[in-house]
Amino acid sequence: MTDMEKERNLKYTVITDKGVTVCGRVLEHNHTGSAMLTEIYRAQLGDWPKFFKMDTLSKVGYLAAELLLKELGERRLEGEEYASDRAIVLFGTTASLCADRNYQETIQDSDNYYPSPALFVYTLPNIVTGEIAIRNHYRGETSFYVLDGYDTGSMAFHLQCAFQDDVTESLLAGWVDSTDNDDFRCFFTLMDRADASDLKGLENELKGIMDNLK
Amino acid sequence: MGQPGVLRGVEKEMARVIECIADNVVSPLGRTSMENYVNVKAGCSGLARYEEMDRVSSPFMLSRMDRYLMDELCIGLGIPDGKYTFFEKMLLSSSIQAVRKSSIDPSSDRVLFIISTTKGNVSLLDRDVKGFPHERVLLGKSASIVSSYFGNPNAPVVVCNACISGVCAQIEAMRALQSGRYDYAVVTGADEQSPFIISGFLSFKALTDTPCRPFDKDRTGLNLGECAATVVLKASDAPACGWVLEGGAIRNDANHISGPSRTGEGSYLALMEVLRKCGSEGLAFVNVHGTATAYNDEMESIALYRAGLIDVPVTGLKGYYGHTMGAAGIMESILSMYAVQDGTVLATRGYAEQGVTYPVNVSPENRPAHGNRFIKLLSGFGGCNAALSYAYYS
Repeated sequence: MTDMEKERNLKYTVITDKGVTVCGRVLEHNHTGSAMLTEIYRAQLGDWPKFFKMDTLSKVGYLAAELLLKELGERRLEGEEYASDRAIVLFGTTASLCADRNYQETIQDSDNYYPSPALFVYTLPNIVTGEIAIRNHYRGETSFYVLDGYDTGSMAFHLQCAFQDDVTESLLAGWVDSTDNDDFRCFFTLMDRADASDLKGLENELKGIMDNLK
Repeated sequence: MGQPGVLRGVEKEMARVIECIADNVVSPLGRTSMENYVNVKAGCSGLARYEEMDRVSSPFMLSRMDRYLMDELCIGLGIPDGKYTFFEKMLLSSSIQAVRKSSIDPSSDRVLFIISTTKGNVSLLDRDVKGFPHERVLLGKSASIVSSYFGNPNAPVVVCNACISGVCAQIEAMRALQSGRYDYAVVTGADEQSPFIISGFLSFKALTDTPCRPFDKDRTGLNLGECAATVVLKASDAPACGWVLEGGAIRNDANHISGPSRTGEGSYLALMEVLRKCGSEGLAFVNVHGTATAYNDEMESIALYRAGLIDVPVTGLKGYYGHTMGAAGIMESILSMYAVQDGTVLATRGYAEQGVTYPVNVSPENRPAHGNRFIKLLSGFGGCNAALSYAYYS
């Protein structure tokens, strides 16, 4: 299989503050930035009110994951059904910087000091993995890695490493960055062991996807 | 309660043996792992009460590193003055000592640097903190500062999985070494306890202003602490010798972002996977998270019970160090290694009377340990849980 053919096989969602693409299909929207996230959530999903409590990083990651799973026709686990064989492995450069800045504002001035637990919890970037795990009943591995710059080589390597867990059969993998509420870029893909077997091929595919984020 | 994950029938043969060849702990209890171990065994604690800090006006307990002693340590190690933030000094002072002890060439492309932290340089966001470029707040920059200090050519990675980061970082190192791409991994964890973190935990009402009491019936919350810790791991094709990292697993509760599962689901699943891989033969103790919050300790007792480990001696170190966040998984693993070799289950400082539904085998006194293996267990925000197992072979 050539790299081009493989790239067509890997399905992915891209969200930036300018727009949303689901497996190559551009979604319509009237707004940009944070207003666009709410607009897309209402138009496409609308079934998880917890979405409104999330910080920007989690909203972006949650939307990207849900839109991808919906597009791929994944059956949702409900009730007492849980899966341990699907891991969520995310990467980024900014981690929770957006939430960090928002929380810092609440403690910056002594005469306007109101630290909020609802804001503080999102100052951990792995919360987005937890939000997705809760929604989808995934009890597998959840991990968040921070890299110094767009580095598809490292990303491909650490994704391949994730399959060393014998229980893990598939990965909801992605990249998510947000520096403020109206500045974000993200992609999510779903991959299995076979997708990660050829490291160079995977790196090329990720490069192709990451070009959408620049 | 759910079922454990689908288990694969045949245990895969590990290709390489992952040895821990050097370690270091820098904390209020010492500048080396041995100093820390001796002080903990003697019952010393770094915890002290603070009435306020900057804009934080409620009292809290903290195990805080003395800034002057840290500068002194850095000067002694040849770390240039004025160039690094306090958090970066924590990472460097510990990793330099461990790397020297290991005698590896850190500039080799066969070495990977992995950093474990939750908040890194977040204190730089405070408008009153000046003197460093804004981009230094990015965690990836902190990692690059450490790897470039050693002249290492590889892209370092930061594991940022809340409170379980230190165990996850060691698991990721094990995988990177198993892949064959690297022969050594330098895994360093640290967190600075700034007003950012302290105010946040206070807003959660998770902190107590008295010394924490893990698993005790009167436990009222956790204490925070500062520490930097490093392990140097080596992949070897020789038979297992010394401390060997034999397995680890990360699992999510899929329950709540800021509270543990009432059934201990993720911790249970992580423990079961580690037991499946490594077995429980020679298990001297489980070093638990034991934060002394009502929910965490209760959850861990349930997970230990469900995993069939309720009778195994349990030990928690938060009464000596507080919760050291990014360093916790690494420092607590290192102290567990020293304890196993010393034949000791360390006392759980602050514990007096059983306070969880499934009584755990915990003690306020040092006890004799029997075995060559321990399990390290952690859980954190985001519903994440992680466990790993080290064994000693003479």
